[in-house]
Amino acid sequence: MDTDLSSQDRKDLDKFIKFFALKTVQVIVQARLGEKICTRSSSSPTGSDWFNLAIKDIPEVTHEAKKALAGQLPAVGRSMCVEISLKTSEGDSMELEIWCLEMNEKCDKEIKVSYTVYNRLSLLLKSLLAITRVTPAYRLSRKQGHEYVILYRIYFGEVQLSGLGEGFQTVRVGTVGTPVGTITLSCAYRINLAFMSTRQFERTPPIMGIIIDHFVDRPYPSSSPMHPCNYRAGEDNGAVYPSVEDSQEVCTTSFSTSPPSQCVFTVTKAHFQTPPPVVTDTLKVPVMGLAFSHQPAALGVGSADMGYPVLFAGGLHAAHPHQLIGPGKEGGVPPIPSQPAHGTQADQERMCTPLDGVHYSAATPSSSEDTETVSNSSEGKCGSPHDLLETIFVRKVGAFVNKPINQVTMANLDIPFAMFAPKNVELEDNDPMVNPPDSPETESPLQGSLHSEGSSGSSTGNTHDDFVMIDFKPAFSKDDILPMDLGTFYREFQNPPQLSSLSIDIGAQSMAEDLDSLPEKLAVHEKNVKEFDAFVETLQ
Amino acid sequence: MNCRAEVLEVSVEGRQVEEAMLAVLHTVLLHRSTGKFHYKKEGTYSIGTVGTQDVDCDFIDFAYVRVSSEELDRALRKAVGEFKDALRGSGSDGMGQISLEFYQKKKSRWPFSDECIPWELWTIKVNVVNLANEQERQICREKVGEKLCEKIINIVEVMNRHEYLPKMPTQSEVDNVFDTSLKDVQPYLYKISYQITDSLGTSVTTTMRRLIKDTLAL
Repeated sequence: MDTDLSSQDRKDLDKFIKFFALKTVQVIVQARLGEKICTRSSSSPTGSDWFNLAIKDIPEVTHEAKKALAGQLPAVGRSMCVEISLKTSEGDSMELEIWCLEMNEKCDKEIKVSYTVYNRLSLLLKSLLAITRVTPAYRLSRKQGHEYVILYRIYFGEVQLSGLGEGFQTVRVGTVGTPVGTITLSCAYRINLAFMSTRQFERTPPIMGIIIDHFVDRPYPSSSPMHPCNYRAGEDNGAVYPSVEDSQEVCTTSFSTSPPSQCVFTVTKAHFQTPPPVVTDTLKVPVMGLAFSHQPAALGVGSADMGYPVLFAGGLHAAHPHQLIGPGKEGGVPPIPSQPAHGTQADQERMCTPLDGVHYSAATPSSSEDTETVSNSSEGKCGSPHDLLETIFVRKVGAFVNKPINQVTMANLDIPFAMFAPKNVELEDNDPMVNPPDSPETESPLQGSLHSEGSSGSSTGNTHDDFVMIDFKPAFSKDDILPMDLGTFYREFQNPPQLSSLSIDIGAQSMAEDLDSLPEKLAVHEKNVKEFDAFVETLQ
Repeated sequence: MNCRAEVLEVSVEGRQVEEAMLAVLHTVLLHRSTGKFHYKKEGTYSIGTVGTQDVDCDFIDFAYVRVSSEELDRALRKAVGEFKDALRGSGSDGMGQISLEFYQKKKSRWPFSDECIPWELWTIKVNVVNLANEQERQICREKVGEKLCEKIINIVEVMNRHEYLPKMPTQSEVDNVFDTSLKDVQPYLYKISYQITDSLGTSVTTTMRRLIKDTLAL
């Protein structure tokens, strides 16, 4: 009931709440800029410092906040939320925190608006200053730069906590009772930041998001674009945004969860979907030792979320001295134009006006996922083409491998340090193509060769897989002319022998010897040039 | 009224004592400081502006916000420095506590001196640990950082209860409630004292009075 509140008090209260909301946003965003904030105390009141605190006003942030509020005030069911998220240079993003300014119905009629409420709001802002340095996102934001940047988004309405992952924690900054309700300020923050890298191993798809549509709908009440927690102080747009790596290398991860002998590259790109705004977890967090770069190549397309370019990532810290803001001083920050975000590539250059009427949906790259699973068990890069291919290489170990009867162990050979010598000598013995099975038609050697323990035909170690041999009967493959049928032929020649030049044989020529013999070989070939030319002619 | 008392405990390495204490004390004082009052006619007053600044710790993975007042910072550093020296000194097994007390002065009639009535008391119990190698120190850096984060949240929680605060004074009474000696901010009247527990477990009280205008009106 507002009848007890005088109209002057009511007006004052509304004004206090409005400016409190704006200052709250300023404090939160400034705390995520990645720099140390410093403002001066002033003994003489200037009249322009709300709540007697020197909190600078960044114009873009104020503008965004006002836009989100759209003339309303936080009320029951209508909260003002500031979402802080992290975006890597490849375009992956993840929500880190949601700060909520809420109002509930519990009223305190006795409280004096102009005095007690005001002072308590001031105290709450001080608490907010303290708490913003204490959540995990603060340390992340201080380290932002080349590899990732921190973005903010303001929305008004219902609080959406789903993007924070499981097990998020909440901290309450404080409450202030007013005659019209109780203002509550709290923060929900993700805690499993440290496990981002390992989560990639547990989850397979989807790891990366691809945006197919600029205007993906997001289940947020207001689809406001994300903004960088960064701003310039007057210089021109020399945006040093970390460029997206268009190298398209899909598997640059260096984890190896299985023995290197079994390389399974599965690169599938599924159809585009519009997934829930779930966080992808393959982020390149510099604090981790691992480097993953996820390939959002097609991500380039319309990441409509990035309404505001992420700028100045790199040298920003150096470029920005501490902001010593006296009351009333403008930071001299030019408005950052919003941009028709075309993904991360676009982020580098574009500028747009904040007054751009287009509403970009606040989709982050993660919001449209593809089921690109890259499980690369071998180290190093696998340069699989990053496009709509389905490439499955499965190299099995010797389907024809016989258990060696006369296995020559290294220990029997009379060489020094036999145990440490490469084991490839025996591999050649076991290579089925070098020693082909007895008869291509019988099935018993095939069945007997299923176990590949220790005697792997592959040169890269051993596997413990048991292959179940199914009778391979290719259709329409009977051929009366040749003694063997297609299936047998296929099986027999499934594993071609190693090239002799590639096999590492102790007795083989060394590289140096090879090189030495090259000139002679060249001389011989030169002599026969005419023959070669004639041969080539016949081919044409 | 009763004095509200809060106790916080931390275990830190020797070189972290100073920063940890400063972090806690500054956070409390941030909440317990206002801008300078300027009294006008008819009993109204205006309040100055309090600035803030971020402080990074060198020996702890932690950052905190303090009031932008060099005088206040100096006063706290002096007190914490003495506490740290006492902790390191002989007879100490690394346990001690530092207290920040907010009080009000109540003027008494002559010949009695003014009373100091505390209304809030913050006690930080410190346990200094010795670490053997660099790896442990690194872990300690992070752990203490996390602990301090928890302490800050605790402090903010207490502040948020909006329990007793002295009434805003009139111009003549302002010195009984606030410390008006600083030129840029105005914290509530406070004093810092510390105690070191010696190895025998008995408490050797070493009280250090903060340099405030605590003159005896005799």
